Amino acid sequence: MGKMIYLDNAATTRTAPEVVEAMLPYFTEFYGNASTVYEFGGKSKEAIAKARETIANAIGAKDNEIYFTAGGSESDNWALKATAEAYKSKGKHIITSKIEHHAILHTCQWLEQQGYEVTYLDVDENGLVKLDELKKAIRPDTILISIMFANNEIGTIEPIAEIGKIAKEHDILFHTDAVQAFGQVPINVDEMNIDMLSTSGHKLNGPKGIGFLYIRKGVKIRSFVHGGAQERKRRAGTENVPGIVGFGKAVELAVSTMKERTDKEIELRDYLIDRVLKEVPFTRVNGDRKNRLPNNINFCFQFIEGESLLIMLDMKGICGSSGSACTSGSLDPSHVLLAIGLPHEIAHGSLRLTLGADTTKEDIDYTIDAIKDIVAQLREMSPLYEDYIKKHN
Amino acid sequence: MYSEKVMDHFKNPRNMGEIENASGVGTVGNAKCGDIMRIFLDIDDNGIIQDVKFKTFGCGAAVATSSMATELVKGKNVQEALQVTNKAVMEALDGLPPVKVHCSLLAEEAIHAALWDYAEKNGIKIEGLEKPKNDISEGEEEEEY
Repeated sequence: MGKMIYLDNAATTRTAPEVVEAMLPYFTEFYGNASTVYEFGGKSKEAIAKARETIANAIGAKDNEIYFTAGGSESDNWALKATAEAYKSKGKHIITSKIEHHAILHTCQWLEQQGYEVTYLDVDENGLVKLDELKKAIRPDTILISIMFANNEIGTIEPIAEIGKIAKEHDILFHTDAVQAFGQVPINVDEMNIDMLSTSGHKLNGPKGIGFLYIRKGVKIRSFVHGGAQERKRRAGTENVPGIVGFGKAVELAVSTMKERTDKEIELRDYLIDRVLKEVPFTRVNGDRKNRLPNNINFCFQFIEGESLLIMLDMKGICGSSGSACTSGSLDPSHVLLAIGLPHEIAHGSLRLTLGADTTKEDIDYTIDAIKDIVAQLREMSPLYEDYIKKHN
Repeated sequence: MYSEKVMDHFKNPRNMGEIENASGVGTVGNAKCGDIMRIFLDIDDNGIIQDVKFKTFGCGAAVATSSMATELVKGKNVQEALQVTNKAVMEALDGLPPVKVHCSLLAEEAIHAALWDYAEKNGIKIEGLEKPKNDISEGEEEEEY
């Protein structure tokens, strides 16, 4: 493989070498089961405790409020299904948004089949949840509000502290899917009144297959995976010790480098967005320009289709993603782009680029040039562009 | 995901462009689903397709099937062009992923739509050609943003 510029860090990230190094001894040297009595197993137990402490500190939680899982999807499923089960005597109504990740949306649809009612809040043209509509949606039987911290496609950061305040005032549990936000923006579960929070290790240069669900002390949701007494009897299964150690290391790195890393990403992000908007006509940027993940870029290029764009970028060594139908395996483009009000044909021409800690100015300049060439080439081929030009000349 | 042939036709599309004063033009698909193909035919007095061009809005498979379809009909007479099926296009491309089979159907329909336009312009009837269903209307409402 020749030159590669990896701009799909919202899909997954490179595991940091320091993370791999921290994990390695827990495969071959300290491989003991943390639940055993002998001292050897105690090594694993200590390592888990250390990672748990690092992670709890990163979000202002207590150690015993962090429950390791296999990742973001499991955490989301657990939070929603277990809350629904535990609080059904209070009510069967859940509030979420139309732009959540499918791990939330498909779980909500499943809950609807089980007799729960779900309100899917609209968002504004930038993808922000409207707080007055949230307040209006609250009912006496509402048991849970689940709103993502930041959107995975368009990068919009939701007003989490305000939502948390509203939930608390109405004595409703508040869950947030922070898979994209964790490690990119500061999070404090107490200041933001968050009761449950889902994350995933591989989005912040940690390993795949590890995540956690933060559950505030006092929230009475039960085990989702039954078996042994691991994770305070709430999530059975022998601990993924190397994964947990790697996740802990990744969080330590993400927290200590956050300011410097995200300042650099924001600069590169805005430089790319501004230049593309200026130099490529019929282009729009999706998502909020201000309340935005430091590494997220999302465009729609009119008259072209996303999958073609991705293949051509790939030919130039650039990895990106798109919300076009052709990349999702369905006929509809991204539900997020439709929810912010884009017509189908515009949504088909979307491109998401997500920067990483290693992204350089040189990479960005190369990518801008590639985008300009490719978009021009695809428009030359597009009957929609031909029609538009003929109509307006 | 795609065969080498598909990638080759995507990277180096054959016959991309338009023909001014074409004998027949057909446009099928719709922007909502993410695929539109337009085929231009230049047909001589003997009913031979002398030249063919295409324009496509769509995924890699949509571009490749358009390109291959133009190759398959070039130099053929109208009756022969009508026999170029989506299956023939797919086979010539060494197959398509199942979710992309509709792209090859669109390519077949685009050829038929262009032939229909040619027949209408010349007041002739082409044996075995039915009015294409998938033709998009000219004045489709334009969404601006």
